[in-house]
Amino acid sequence: MGSLGSGHAAQFHVLAVDDSILERKLIERLLKISSFQVTAVDSGIKALQFLGLQDSTYQFHQEVEVNLIITDYCMPGMTGFDLLRKIKESTSLKDIPVVIMSSENVPSRINRCLEEGAEEFILKPVQLSDVNKLKPHLLRKRAEEQLSMSNKRKTMKECNSEELTNS
Amino acid sequence: MDGIVELQRQLVEYTTSLYDEGFLDDQFIQLQQLQDESNPDFVVEVVSLFFEDSQRLLNELANSLEQQSLDFRRVDAHVHQLKGSSSSIGAQRVQGACIMFRNYCEVQNVEGCLKCLQHVKNEYSLVKSKLETLFKLEQQVLAAGGTIPMP
Repeated sequence: MGSLGSGHAAQFHVLAVDDSILERKLIERLLKISSFQVTAVDSGIKALQFLGLQDSTYQFHQEVEVNLIITDYCMPGMTGFDLLRKIKESTSLKDIPVVIMSSENVPSRINRCLEEGAEEFILKPVQLSDVNKLKPHLLRKRAEEQLSMSNKRKTMKECNSEELTNS
Repeated sequence: MDGIVELQRQLVEYTTSLYDEGFLDDQFIQLQQLQDESNPDFVVEVVSLFFEDSQRLLNELANSLEQQSLDFRRVDAHVHQLKGSSSSIGAQRVQGACIMFRNYCEVQNVEGCLKCLQHVKNEYSLVKSKLETLFKLEQQVLAAGGTIPMP
């Protein structure tokens, strides 16, 4: 088993959501340059479909893991806020960090998003320095997950060895 | 060698003037920094998308403002999009013109909106031709065997 953080860590996969093709191209490039794997979609509905969620029911187990969702706030139909809410309401998806992007600096909007569970709120135009801020969140989350998994394994091993000695 | 140096000088001078005159802002430099050997045409590609997007939005705006029953929210939505994309590529003057436009939408001033549309169109034409000239100068430097001076 590989140790925590040694060698080349598996790439983080980011799902980017923006209805503007120009913005998608930009965010995709920013993320790729920062060594993220990227899937870009043009609507909240497509994002939910990609995540395996349709009509609010979890349809299938995602083969591809998504580590972060970054979405524009102002989109026709389903806004970024609507998407955020749907993700946080889903038992299967609620732990995926969601970042909101917006060209407008509206404090009430920012608060609403953060209260709904958004990890960060980024003002457009998005820059490399904004994207760099995302990695620590993801690395820490991954470290926490790996630690909790290795603790579970340890506990199971202890239970198993107890059973063996007691039988 | 002299030829390349002269072309590079022209390019730097032209680029500087674009920033000095407010046509472009720092965001354009950010775009250039995203370009490398693996993505050598990134800036041109993004700017091309901007041109396509803007043309479409300007056409929509012209249509919307001609309607009998003006839907200001619809007009505002289009201007918002144009403001966003111009901001994303660093087209500062276009972005500024859009901000003014949105103010007139908010107070539902038709005359103001029409004037702003004209203003946005003018700024867009200007920055489009400036960027096309910039790209041409870059091509000349590259064709002469030179490299493009980094910002």
